[in-house]
Order: sequence, then C-alpha cells, then structure tokens
Amino acid sequence: MSEIIKRSKPLAVNPLKASSTLGASLAFLGLRRAIPMMHGSQGCTAFGKVFFVRHFREPVPLQTTAMDQIATVMSSDENVIEGLKTICEKSKPDVIGLPTTGLSETQGTDIQRLVREFRSQYPQFDHVAVVPVNTPDFSGSLESGFALALEAIINTLVPETRHVGRRRRQVNVLASAALTPGDLEVLRDWCEAFGLRPVLLPDIGDSLDGHLIDAEYTPLTLGGTPRDEIAAMGESIATLVIGASLNRAADALHARTGVPDYRFDHLMGLEACDQFTQALATISNTVVPARIERYRAQLQDAMVDSHFMTGFLRVALAAEPDLLAGMSALFTGMGGEVVAAVTPISAESLKRLPCAKVHIGDLQDLEHAAAEGNAQMLVGSSHAVQSAERLGLPLLRAGFPLYDRVGGFARAWVGYRASRQALFDIANLVLEQHHDIPAYRSVFWSGGPRDHEASLPASPRVTGLVRH
Amino acid sequence: MKASDILALQNEPACSHNKEEKSGCARPKPGATAGGCTFDGAQIALLPIADVAHIVHGPIGCSGNSWDNRGTRSSGPALYRIGMTTDLTEQDVIMGRGEKRLFHAIKQAIDEYAPAAVFVYATCVTAVIGDDLEAVCKAAEARWGVPVVPVDCAGFYGTKNMGNRIAGETMLRHVIGTREPAPAPSLPGIQVHDISLIGEYNIAGEFWNVAPLFDELGLRVLASLSGDARYHEIQTMHRAQANMVVCAKALLNVARKLNERWGIPYFEGSFYGVADTSQALRDFARLLGDADLSARTEALIAREEAKVSAALQPWRERLTGKRVLLYTGGVKSWSIVSALQDLGMEVVATGTKKSTAEDKARIRDLMGDDAIMIDDGSPKALLGAYKDLSADILIAGGRNLYTALKARIPFLDINQEREFGYAGYSGMQELARQLALTMENPVWQAVRSPAPWAQSKLAGMPVGA
Repeated sequence: MSEIIKRSKPLAVNPLKASSTLGASLAFLGLRRAIPMMHGSQGCTAFGKVFFVRHFREPVPLQTTAMDQIATVMSSDENVIEGLKTICEKSKPDVIGLPTTGLSETQGTDIQRLVREFRSQYPQFDHVAVVPVNTPDFSGSLESGFALALEAIINTLVPETRHVGRRRRQVNVLASAALTPGDLEVLRDWCEAFGLRPVLLPDIGDSLDGHLIDAEYTPLTLGGTPRDEIAAMGESIATLVIGASLNRAADALHARTGVPDYRFDHLMGLEACDQFTQALATISNTVVPARIERYRAQLQDAMVDSHFMTGFLRVALAAEPDLLAGMSALFTGMGGEVVAAVTPISAESLKRLPCAKVHIGDLQDLEHAAAEGNAQMLVGSSHAVQSAERLGLPLLRAGFPLYDRVGGFARAWVGYRASRQALFDIANLVLEQHHDIPAYRSVFWSGGPRDHEASLPASPRVTGLVRH
Repeated sequence: MKASDILALQNEPACSHNKEEKSGCARPKPGATAGGCTFDGAQIALLPIADVAHIVHGPIGCSGNSWDNRGTRSSGPALYRIGMTTDLTEQDVIMGRGEKRLFHAIKQAIDEYAPAAVFVYATCVTAVIGDDLEAVCKAAEARWGVPVVPVDCAGFYGTKNMGNRIAGETMLRHVIGTREPAPAPSLPGIQVHDISLIGEYNIAGEFWNVAPLFDELGLRVLASLSGDARYHEIQTMHRAQANMVVCAKALLNVARKLNERWGIPYFEGSFYGVADTSQALRDFARLLGDADLSARTEALIAREEAKVSAALQPWRERLTGKRVLLYTGGVKSWSIVSALQDLGMEVVATGTKKSTAEDKARIRDLMGDDAIMIDDGSPKALLGAYKDLSADILIAGGRNLYTALKARIPFLDINQEREFGYAGYSGMQELARQLALTMENPVWQAVRSPAPWAQSKLAGMPVGA
C-alpha cells in the first residue's frame, strides 16, 4: 500500500509526462493501414512526429487538422471534415484515428458530431473507419491517452455480439502503452507456444518493430492489427489484458462481446510470468510446453546469480503507472527497495505498488526523492539522463522517449527471458558502480621501500564478485 | 496577438520573398500538412540562449512532447536544457487559474535556478483562454527583479517561420538595447571590432569551427542570436558594428530594424562550404571598412583555403562525380550546393520550396540554367526524383531520414537535430567524411540483395537501381 503524493508546485521541471494526444496516436499506430490525425494546430502533430521518429527510428504517419488563427477563432469543424476527406482520397486507409488536443478541446470541439457530419457528407468513404477520441493535453498522459484510444477503437470497431469461442484457439491480448514492440513479439510467441492464436490490440510489434519492406514508401502504418481481426475479437475464447491502465477498455470489450478476461498489471518478474503462463495453460487446456519450463528455469537461475547485486539495492523509478508496476515488482522481487517512485499521473493501480510513497510529478521530483532516499540506480527514459548525471547514478533506460540509444524501443521487458535479461543488465550496472575499500597506506611505510610504490587508483572497478 | 500584428510580421520589407505574391501565406491544408508551429519556431530561435529559464505556459503537449530535442550546444550554462512548463490541468483551464500558476512558476524558476532572465512562451491554449502574459511577466519582473520576457507565440499563429520572426521581434522589443557592452579587450596591433550573428544556432557546436577565426581577425562576437548566447550579450546587440544574417530569412526583421534604429550594416551569408565561409569573412571586412582587417582577412582565407583544400583532396577523389539530390529549405538550398561542389559532387536537383526568387537565381548561377528545382517535398516525390535523376545520395532534413532509409538509399541529415557540425572550413572535412561514410557503406548492397531463396522475387530493389 503506498501513499500518493500530489503535485504541489506551480512549475513542472523536466517533465516526465507526454501528452494524452500522443498516447492516443500511438495506439492508432498499432493498427494496420492506419493513420492518426490530431485535431489541433500543426505543431501538435510536428512535435508528436519528432517524438516518435526519434524513439522508434521509423517513419511515422501522423497528420493534422492544421488549425490556424482563423479556424481557432471562428470554427475548426470544417478542418476536421476536410482533413478526413483529404486522407481518405490520398492514402485510402483502413482506419483514421482522430484524437483531439488541448487546443481543439478548449475551443469546445464536438468530435463525435463532426465524424457523423463527415459520414453524411461523404458516404463514399463509409468503408474507412474513423475513430474519434477526446484526449486534451491538459488531462492525463501518454499512457491514459493510449488507453482511451484503445477503448474508442473497441467501441467503434468491435461489434456487439455473443459468439464467444466461435474461433476455438483465438485469444485477444490488450496491450498497454508500457509494452514495447519487443514485448508484443514475446506475447505472440508465448500464446503460440500454447497453440493459441493471439489477436494483439494494438500491435505495435507488427507496425513499429523496425523492418524493411518491399514497398519504398507508404503513407500509412507498415503493419499492425488488421481491422477484420478486431471485428472478430468477439469470437475469441478469452481476453488477456496487460496493464491496469486498460481496465476500462477491457470492460468495454467484455461488455460488447462477453469474452471472459484475465487481467494482469504487468508481466515482469517470475511471479507475474507464472500467473500469465498458468492462465494460458488454463485457457488452452494444455500442459506448459517444455520450452517455457526451460525459460522459467533460466530466469530462476539468473535470479539466484544476480541477487547479490540486487539485494538491498535502492532504486528510484520514473515511469508511467503500468511500467512503474512492472519495474517495482521486478526490483522488490529481487530484494531491492524502491526508495523513490515518480509518475506523471494518478492512477488506481498506484496504491498497490510495493513502496511507501509515489509522487505525481516530474524528473525534478525524481532527483529530489532519489537523493533523499539515497538511491543507487535510476530507471527512466532518455530524458532522465541529465538527472542521472547530476546524481552520479547509473540509469536503466525504459519508457518514453528513448532517443539516445539505438534499439531501445525494441527491447523486450515482459516474459521469462526478457526478465532474465533485465536482471543481467541491472546486475551489471551495479557491478560497474562497485567501489572497493580504498587502500590504506600506513604511516610506518614512510621512508621505506613501500614509499616509492606507485599508488593504485583510489577505487578500481571490479569485474565480478568472485575474487581469487 | 492581434491579427493586425501577425499581418505586420508577415510583411518583411527586407525579404526578397516580399516582392512577390505571398504564396507562402496560404492556409495549411487539413490532412496534408507537415511542419512545426509558431511556438516551435520561437523556441528554435530563442532556446539556445543558455542562461535563461525558458518556461512554456500551457498544457503538457507543447513542452512535454518536445523538450531537450534540439541540437544546439552551450559552452557553459545548461539551463536551456531544463524543460520547464506550467503543465496546465483541466481545472486550471476551466477555472482560469493559468495566470496565477504562471506567476508562481516564474518565482519557482528564479528561486531554484537563479536565471539571467526568464522567457515565457505562450501556447495555443493559453492564448485561447486569454491569459495576459505581458501583464504577468511585468508583475513578476517588478516583484522579483529578474527580467521576465513574454514571447507571444501561440502555435496556431502560423508556421515555424512566423515563430522565428516573433522571437526576433520580442528580442528587439524587450531585450536588445537594454545594456551597454563592456569595452573589448585590446589585442596587440589589431583594431578590435564588435559584430553580431543573427540566425546562427550552433547546431552540434558547429559555430566553434568558425569562432577561432573571428578571434584571430579581432572580431568580437558581441552577441549571437542565438547559438551559445547569454542573455546579457543579446542585451548589447545594438552596439555591433556589423551583422551577419546566417541562413535565415525569418530573422531578417532583426537585422533590418537594427539597421534602421542603430545604423548597423548587415549582410546575408552562410558558413557552409569553403567559398561561402570565405565570403562571409570578406563581407565583414567590407562592412567594417578597415583596410588592415581586409588584408589580414585575405591572408587568413588564403591560409585556410590551402589547408582545407589539401585536407579535402583525398575525399574529393572519392566523392567526385557522385550525384546528390538536395532537399532543404530556403537559403540552404544554395549554400549547401556550393559546399558540395567544392567536393566535386554534382547536385542533380535542389529543393526550393522555401527559397526566394533571389535564392533561385543563385542556384542557377551555381548549377546552370537547367538546374532542377523541386517544390514538392513529399516522401513520394523525393523518392521519385531520386530514381529519375539517378542520384547517389539524398541530403535533407531529419524528417526525411527514415523515409530514405526505408527505401534503402544513402542519406545525410542537415537539419537542426543533427549530430554533426558542418560549418566553416573544418566542418567541410566532417561533411565529406559523413558523405563518404554513408555512400560507401556495404550495407546498401546487403539490404538491396534478395534473400537466396527468393531470387525470383525482386524484393527490396533500390529506387536508384
């Protein structure tokens, strides 16, 4: 049970938060032949594009309703309708995501009505799905905007049916913003190992994993969940929900389809992985494959190997609520202690975190809390690099955005093998920080033969804990 | 900002675009628009001022999605890298608590970081709800005794270009001329002159390639708007004896008004390429009217050109005859052309979307009358041109980077997020190295070859092949 400490200062310094509009766009980027169009000024989209391009190192389809001064003062309704028409004509997408921004919400846009007007004006584009979602920047964050978009996708694209189990090996997997393209690949393999056919929603593992394609250029996503698969989610035998932020989206899917669901706050560390594996075994009614047993045993081995470095490790975490849940479980499961936890928005799940306090705040709050808690390691995005430098602490990079590493976006965190790699990396960061006891030089050595010895560096780094 | 003020800013008499019909001011097309907003442009122009606290007044999208994403470098303070925003909540917007939050936010920034000044940037939402930035800044400045400068740059005012211009206008109105410079230290046997640079952002530290040359010539850079700048230097900009507008039409308003108000002569130039770097140094000597300086400048140019020519020779052998498709905006459309020609490369086409008639004339001078100019910068159009013109490399802004890589073609980034500095004589060597590095790399062959088991399939054929 942890205490949630609300924001009390007027200025956010080194923000941890990215906007909910951005999060909604990310969810749409996990759909096949899709493009999000933000309803706002062109800068909203330009910033979002740079943000994702730097993180994923991929071209990112993203458009804007391009509200200018006149549209802002008079009306931007026509911008939405014209923008939808232009994209339908030019790019022929399957899905257009339509998240709002702080600007259009302040103006008071009624995005649902605008989509209805577009439908009545341009029936020739009825085959293009349009998913509007209200995501003003002044409310929520990337993770919550992503969850809202997912809920909107479900409510728009999943028909109300009662055909549970018509596809006998199909399971739905709802994947939160905390999951990377690498994580989605892990989830697919995990389900398939049990003979199940997963429909991942959204599937940024298929669209933003970074792969070269035959076509030189496409204005739409390079992959992602196909629209017809989304429409058939009601025929699955079960839904697996990863991330507490998706609770409402999961409720919506359940209400529309009646497919029973299994919910997980995260999939990091042995315990969470076991629960997920058990759920898959139950759903598929098969024994756990030997391959999975081996991965589990490997993780256990890594746990005992690395517990020397992770035991009592004081760690400071800066992440959105879902990632925070996974990271804190991983560290505390290894004998570590979360001495500081900072997250951009409040969430129900925060109360369940295994730490005393959670700050709703920014990276300045992280720095203060980490210093106060005498942290030995930070976990955060590339934005936390400056904080880590000021604190002189190693940084385990996770979350959004990761722009100072190649491939950071692709790294998997969930599952037995990724948890094992995370433990290795954490342990290595600790080893690199290890300081030996400084050599003591006796006063009696003065004038003797030892007096002329070259002194060793004050704190040589060791490469392992096994000493000879 | 009033609509009339925005119109006034769009009218820049010193800009050669201005003589033509204002095609550049067409409204952006919903669903088919790329590029940043006015707020973005204002930040690009002012954020490099390193000892200022830059506060973004708005909801999280504007700062949270963009902070610390620029390539500008500081030789000292790193305050500009700290992202600061009022991060307005729904309640702030609905209840009108934005101004109050801003007032206290300014205090927090001053208390915690002791900045030389605070710049407060308006954003779309705070402009729409009518927060009185000017009044809050004035009150905060009076209360805490630190300069607090409002930058009225809501995103919906227009393009990045407009934001640059607003930034310049803000400096003219609130900062430039508010302090006198300390006298320049004297150098033995050399008359020291004060100069300023406008529109140089020290991307990847590239101005440091050129700065030693200014020192050697006895030219003190009194202020730069705004690469590696300090607030107190911008304040003294009105005392420069000559100004250079570096690769930026958008800040011409600053040069023109400094000329009108304080009689400072200026010229437009570039530090990209050997010829342009030399020309910039000559232009300073010319404007300053110092015969001794001219002589020393010529000697320095002769020495540096000989040095760089020798250093570039091995690169030139490798790069000669290579065909470049260049897509950049405005001034860079010709300034980079001359840099590439210095390397023996052939520029087969250049982007001219943001170029003026004058820019285009210079392109024709450089590339000949049949120079191909590209206005459509869409990925599709660029890839098509690359193929049609049998280019060997695409040089463009970061936005097109992954478009090129996905199409399996070599690429060089010349925009503001890039990691390498190409300015000055020594920057040419880095430019040559980066060009060869990508074009000569074996990865292109590897990724263009089909898998052994898919020989019948023409997977991944390069567009240029």
